[in-house]
Amino acid sequence: MSRVLGRIFVASLARRRLATALSLFAIALGVALGLAVQIIHGAALDEFGRGMRLLSGEADLQVAGSRDGFDDALYGRLAMRDEVADASPVVELEVRLPAHDRSLSLFGLDALRVAYVHPALMPQQVDDARRDDVALAALQPDALFLSPAAQAELGVSAGERLDVLAGARVVSLRVAGAVPGAGQGRALAVMDIAAAQQLFGRPGRITRIDLRLKPGIDVGAARDALAADLPAGVAVLTPHAAEELAAGLSRAYRVNLTMLAAIALVTGGFLVFSTQFLAVARRRQEFAFLRALGLGRGALMRGLLIEGAVVGIAGGLLGIAFGHGIAAVAFDVAGGDLGAGYFSGVSPALRFDLAASGTYLLLGVLAGLAGAWLPAREARHMLPARALKSGDEASMFRFHPRPRRAAACLAGAAVLCLLPPLAGVPVFGYLAVALILVGAVLVLPMLVRGVTRVASRPRRALWRLANARLAAAPGQGVVAGAGVVASVALAVAMAIMVASFRDSVDRWLTAVLPADLYVSASPQGTSGFLDPAALARIAALPGVSRTMPVRFDTLRLDDRHLPVSLIARPLDGGKLLPLVGLSVPPSAGEKPAWVSEAMADLFALGAGDRIVLPLGGNPVAFRVAGVWRDYARQQGAVAIELADYRAATGDLVANDVGVFLAAGTSFDTVAAAVRDILGENTVRIASPGEIRARSLAIFDRTFLVTYAMEAVAVLIGLFGVSTSFAVLAIARRKEFGMLRHLGMTRREVGRLITLEGVLTAAAGTVLGLLAGTAVAFVLIEVVNRQSFHWSMDLHVPFGGLLAFAAIVIALAGLAARVSGYQAMRGSALLAVREDW
Amino acid sequence: MFEICDLKKGFGTAGARVLFEGLSLRVQRGEFVAIMGESGVGKSTLLNCMAGLEPVDGGSIRLDGTELVGLDDDALAGLRRRSFGFVFQAFHILPHLDVVQNVALPLWLLDADDAEADRRARGMLDRVGLLDRAGDWPRELSGGELQRVAIARALVHRPSLVLADEPTGNLDPARAAGVLDLLLECVRDAGAMGILVTHSRAAALRADRILRLSAVGLLPEAEGT
Repeated sequence: MSRVLGRIFVASLARRRLATALSLFAIALGVALGLAVQIIHGAALDEFGRGMRLLSGEADLQVAGSRDGFDDALYGRLAMRDEVADASPVVELEVRLPAHDRSLSLFGLDALRVAYVHPALMPQQVDDARRDDVALAALQPDALFLSPAAQAELGVSAGERLDVLAGARVVSLRVAGAVPGAGQGRALAVMDIAAAQQLFGRPGRITRIDLRLKPGIDVGAARDALAADLPAGVAVLTPHAAEELAAGLSRAYRVNLTMLAAIALVTGGFLVFSTQFLAVARRRQEFAFLRALGLGRGALMRGLLIEGAVVGIAGGLLGIAFGHGIAAVAFDVAGGDLGAGYFSGVSPALRFDLAASGTYLLLGVLAGLAGAWLPAREARHMLPARALKSGDEASMFRFHPRPRRAAACLAGAAVLCLLPPLAGVPVFGYLAVALILVGAVLVLPMLVRGVTRVASRPRRALWRLANARLAAAPGQGVVAGAGVVASVALAVAMAIMVASFRDSVDRWLTAVLPADLYVSASPQGTSGFLDPAALARIAALPGVSRTMPVRFDTLRLDDRHLPVSLIARPLDGGKLLPLVGLSVPPSAGEKPAWVSEAMADLFALGAGDRIVLPLGGNPVAFRVAGVWRDYARQQGAVAIELADYRAATGDLVANDVGVFLAAGTSFDTVAAAVRDILGENTVRIASPGEIRARSLAIFDRTFLVTYAMEAVAVLIGLFGVSTSFAVLAIARRKEFGMLRHLGMTRREVGRLITLEGVLTAAAGTVLGLLAGTAVAFVLIEVVNRQSFHWSMDLHVPFGGLLAFAAIVIALAGLAARVSGYQAMRGSALLAVREDW
Repeated sequence: MFEICDLKKGFGTAGARVLFEGLSLRVQRGEFVAIMGESGVGKSTLLNCMAGLEPVDGGSIRLDGTELVGLDDDALAGLRRRSFGFVFQAFHILPHLDVVQNVALPLWLLDADDAEADRRARGMLDRVGLLDRAGDWPRELSGGELQRVAIARALVHRPSLVLADEPTGNLDPARAAGVLDLLLECVRDAGAMGILVTHSRAAALRADRILRLSAVGLLPEAEGT
């Protein structure tokens, strides 16, 4: 049997080199993409988790509040509690570096406590002779300690100075030493907590307290006890829970990319199907002969499955090598989050991932086996006596239309769309997408028949032949056209989804950027801000009609969610927000708040609900006046009137200020005047157009990986079409030979093949457009909504889609023509004579 | 009339190995000629040369006054379409066309209108005794029936010359005799010419003349050999 396997089955792969190579390559691509995504995110998550553990150190519990922090009196209270062995207060800041156009994580730590709770963040002074005086040196107000990664990235070493932004001032700090325990992967800085509070205008405020419990104390019980003693907006978490929450933010994005890779792998499996199916059709008489010689049905089926598995193994191994290569390049080019911005400050390194590689090899083999399954089953059920007759292979292409199954798939997809996500992942949404694609492929034979009926009007022989072939053997249309349906549907779905997303983001940016000029002290960090004096001077500048200060903070509403963003600015009763759905104006005496769609989803809030926000350490009641669209903060955001914020907190500083210019005033004049007041490099000044352009560039970069993976899937689909037609043309050489005898020219035979290709591709493309629109709807309304919690308006790029459809049909016709030409290159006579 | 004069065909580089040369043949309207020969002597190649499907290395081939040698591929295809009919050993009936469509195929290629093509195809099917199977699929027919469909297809467009290559090779002797009689009858009724290439002496004996192909040409077969 093994000899038969080797010589009959596996050797056949070598005989049809092109088809085998394409199937193998498609599986390799699917495996490579999936594995690369896995390796990249695995390494990034590991490094991210390591960083989180590094920062939490030996702590059993972390007490954390908003970005702006909480009163440090809490530290004294908690440190005195019986359960607590050690407590370490932390001020965590994103510090803007004016000379580097970036920010740096800075940890203000208690130099005397750091060794007990955060040994890895222990600063080390550059001069070894004075090692004993580290604590003393760290206490100096201008001393900054940089991790090796920060030193390398900023090009600053011990003894040099680094400029940081504090408020709207540039302050020069001395790099006094290193933080060797932070390792190579994470850029951060450490300084004395009191110095940090002083320097960055946060006297008496800290952002975190890390606690080490006494031996024998139950962490859960201690956590519950401590939680009861905390002010509003402050929560107590285990470091593991904090890590889970942070990693969970990127989960939906990671699942999305993994799904795209899976699509590439499924397309690879489909390619194995089409080539195996056609190979089985071509070798039907050979199999019948082998069966007549005594080869069992089971052995025949096993042999064909082994062919698929061999393609899967070879493709899988190649894919593992490719995958590691892609991951290495991606680490260099796009970083650990593939450009999406989830793991900034983390520099993961490539390593061989045995478990992931093994899993993806197995998936490659499964794709190969799945692709070979139907053809193998078909061969198993073949009747040798009939199959020995020439022309019996046509029976393989007589697929029966399955309208009920198609309807069941589509109805199933509709039902799945109504189900909620599982653990934040839109599993049912993805299943709905899969069902839509399966349903579309099941509809294909019916559509091909429909197309041939419409197209059978012309009386020309070529049309009649093409129509007769497609009508009598819709299976041919299915085998060759299913690849077109899948590729076109996916490409169309992604095109519609991305176009809708981009269009919605563009309109959203216009809505959230109403001013003419934006002055930003600290776009993402917390070290820069504009004090009331600076705000007043900007407002008083000639040419400024009014200003709109914006204050950003984060609010920790509970210990099950990440902190939400707080945006406090003049909102004109919500008119300055891109609201969606109904608005409920608050009754007199109530303060309005507008929650983002993500916050509404995550916290189950709607217009009219009551919400309590911890402002200035006190719970303040608000009424949800409406829900607004926010594409910037996946963890949720709440917007309130600046006046309400200031009244509740007494905090009069701002992070940004939007400036409305008087008529006839130029942007450059006011920008120069602002720089005169605040100094160069202290703030960023931008027009809404610049911010919009920059944001859309980031959007496009984020989707770059998606585009690339999508392009690969479409490419594999087109490979499939080309291979299908090539193998079909070879399988039909006798027919073409006979037609040449009857007086058809080579050109006419070529035109016949092209026509069949175009008709099949047209049916596939029409169906792909419809299925793609349905998939886009699921992606927009279910997958995106459940993954990222944001809605978008449907925007169909009709022109682009029509052009794409025309190109696919033309390419399919060309692929069929070229394949047919290859098949016809040998003499038609030989083909006819094969039976003589 | 179909006329071959001093035909030469070789194989290998520039036809270095001669398959046959000095080959001449003349077939009159209504005449049916059988060509016999050993395996590998070039019978099928000769048939292909006659149909302009293989180039020749010398000589001339004329059908009703038209010289085939030197015509380009398109002109040859057009000539085959109008003036040739083929019957193959393996039938080569298209499985995705029904019986009447298979017969009408040559008329489609000649751009005949639907009603006319259907009428003539049914007429031919009636002639070969298969009118009641007109709407059936080829898979539902026996080998003998398929060859009768092929004969109908070969004659439906009223060709001048019907070339048959071992038309009974896949049939049992009883069916073979019936099919061959039908072929001869149809060709004669149509006033066409027929050339049959075969191994079978029994088949060849039904022709008007028997020729034997060898490397030196076509020689009349001696009676009783």
